[in-house]
Amino acid sequence: MADAIRLNLITGRTIQQGVAMEGGKEKPAYTEACGIIEMDPVDLKRLGAYRNTNVRVTSEFGSVVVKAVEATQGPHPGLAYIPMGPWANAVVNPNTYGMGMPTFKGTPIQVSLATNEHVLSSVQLVQKLVKE
Amino acid sequence: MAKTVTDVICPFCGTLCDDLEIQVSDDGTRILEVYNACAIGAEKFLHSQSKDRVTRPRMQQEDGSYKEVSYDEAIEYTARMLVNAKKPLMYGWSSTSCEAQSIGHEIAEAVGGIVDNTATVCHGSSLIAIQDVGIPSCTLGEIKNRADVVVFWGCNPSHAHPRHLSRYSIFPRGFFTGKGHKGRKMIVVDPRNTDTMKMADVGLQLEQGRDYELLSALRVAFRDEELPDVVAGIRKEKIYEAAEIMKNARFGVIFFGMGVTQSLGKNHNIDIAIMVTKDLNEFTKFSIIAMRGHYNVTGSGAVLGWQFGYPFATDLSRGFARYNPGETTANDLLRRDECDAVFVLGSDPGAHFPISSVKKIARLPSVAVDPHITPTTEISKLHVPVAFVGVEVGGCCYRMDNVPIESRKVVDPPEGMMTDTEFLTRVRDRVAELKAQAPVGAPSAAEPQEA
Repeated sequence: MADAIRLNLITGRTIQQGVAMEGGKEKPAYTEACGIIEMDPVDLKRLGAYRNTNVRVTSEFGSVVVKAVEATQGPHPGLAYIPMGPWANAVVNPNTYGMGMPTFKGTPIQVSLATNEHVLSSVQLVQKLVKE
Repeated sequence: MAKTVTDVICPFCGTLCDDLEIQVSDDGTRILEVYNACAIGAEKFLHSQSKDRVTRPRMQQEDGSYKEVSYDEAIEYTARMLVNAKKPLMYGWSSTSCEAQSIGHEIAEAVGGIVDNTATVCHGSSLIAIQDVGIPSCTLGEIKNRADVVVFWGCNPSHAHPRHLSRYSIFPRGFFTGKGHKGRKMIVVDPRNTDTMKMADVGLQLEQGRDYELLSALRVAFRDEELPDVVAGIRKEKIYEAAEIMKNARFGVIFFGMGVTQSLGKNHNIDIAIMVTKDLNEFTKFSIIAMRGHYNVTGSGAVLGWQFGYPFATDLSRGFARYNPGETTANDLLRRDECDAVFVLGSDPGAHFPISSVKKIARLPSVAVDPHITPTTEISKLHVPVAFVGVEVGGCCYRMDNVPIESRKVVDPPEGMMTDTEFLTRVRDRVAELKAQAPVGAPSAAEPQEA
C-alpha cells in the first residue's frame, strides 16, 4: 500500500452539487455529489488507489473520509477538488487573515487510502464533528 | 388541462433567469413541470413539492432529536433568544426577498445584533476591493448586446451559473453582436481545465493561487513591456496573446468568481483585476462583474447599503452601524467567541462554513429559518421551515449586475406555513413587546437615543 500523498485542495460548485443540494442535503444524492475528491489520474496512481475507492483526507485543520474519483475537469496533477459542502469544510483552512473570508482554496492536504471506512452523510458528518 | 405560469424568476443563482415557464395543476397547488430552467433551478422548483417536506417548526430535545412545535412557540423562542443575547449574529439573508431582509435588519437594530450575509464567504473580498478602488461595471444586457471579448476569471459558469453563457455572455445574438458566439472571443483563467475552459478560445490554466501574478503580468503586457518566460505557470507568449485580444476588443468584460475571492490574496486579487479593467479602458471599453452566487445576495448588500451604509458584516451592537471585515464578519465572530446567539435565515453555514465555525454555532442558542433540512437546521436548537421565496411567495431580488427583479409566486405553500416576511414581522413585533417590558435602566445598546 502506498503512503499518503500530498496535494493542494480547492473547493467550489459543481452542477451535481447544486442539483443535489436543492434536492435535499439530507439525501444520499448529496453525499454522492459532494462526499468525493476529484483527483488527477496521475495522483490516483501515485496513491495506488482505484477509482471510486474511499480515501482519508487530512489537513492541519481536520480530517474526513471521501470517495476518490477521477477528475473530469482536468488534467490538474497535484491539485485536488472537493465540491463545496461539509466534507470540504471539514478540512479547509478557516483562517480569514483579518478580512472575513476563510481560505477555502489552496489548503495543503494529505490523502491516504481508507478502503474500509465509510463516507458519512452531510448531517451525520456535521453532527459528529461538532461534538469533537 | 394544466395551466402554465410564464415569465417566472428562477430563485437559484445570481443570473436570476426571468424566462421560466412552469406548468401547474388546475387548482394551482402542484408544480408539474418546469421549462427553460437549468438542472439546478428545475430541481429547486420540483423539490419544493416533495412529500417529506418539513412544514412546522422543530425544537431540538436533550437527546438531539427534534420535536414539532407551533409557529407561536418558535416566534417566542426566537424573540427571547435575540432579546436576551448581548451580541447575536444574524447571518444569511441571501436566499430571501429584500422585503424580508429589511424586516430582519429592523430586528437586528432593535436587539443590537450583527448582520452578515453570505458575501462573507463569497464576494466579501470583492466588496472590500470595490470600496478600495471602485468598479467600472455594466449590466448583463449591455454584455449581451455589445460584448465581443468575455473573460471568465476563477469562475466556472457551466456549473455554477448554467444559463449565464446562453442568456447573456457568450451565445446570445444582441444588437451589436449579431453573430452570437461566433463574433465573441472567450478567455478563461482557472487552475483546472474546467468545462467552461474547454469552450474557450484562450484557456490559461494557471497555478492555483497565482492570480495576482498573472493579473500583474497582463498589466505589463498591455504596456508592451518585457515579461519573464513563465508567469504563474503560463508561458509569456500566451499572456501576450490574451492581452492583445483584450486590448483589441470593441467592448470587453471580465467576470470573476470564487477562484480569486477565496484564494490567498483575496481582496487584493480583485483590486488588481479592477486595475486591469481600468488599464484596458485606455484602449477600449471594458467592464468587470462579480459572478454573485445566491439569487439575492446582491439584494442583501443593497438593502444593508441603503439602511446602514455597508454591504455586509454590519455591527449594530453599539446602537450605530459599524463595519470592519475581519472583526464583524461571521467566521471571525464565531471563531473568537464574540457572539452569544446565532440566527440564520436563507443560508446554510452548517454546510458552507469551515467546521471550526460550525462547532461554535452548535454550542450557542441558535435558530435556523430554512425551507430545507440542512446541516445547519440539524445542529440548531430551533428549525423554522418557511415558504420558498420565488416559488411560493414573491418578493424583490437583485441580479448579479444590481438590477432588481420582482420574483413571482407560482403555487401556494403547504397549508399553515409561514413566509419569511410573516415570521420576521411577528418576531419583530414580539421583540418590541419584550423590549418594552424590560426593566427601566436595563442595559441595552440599541435603545433609541431620543427615548
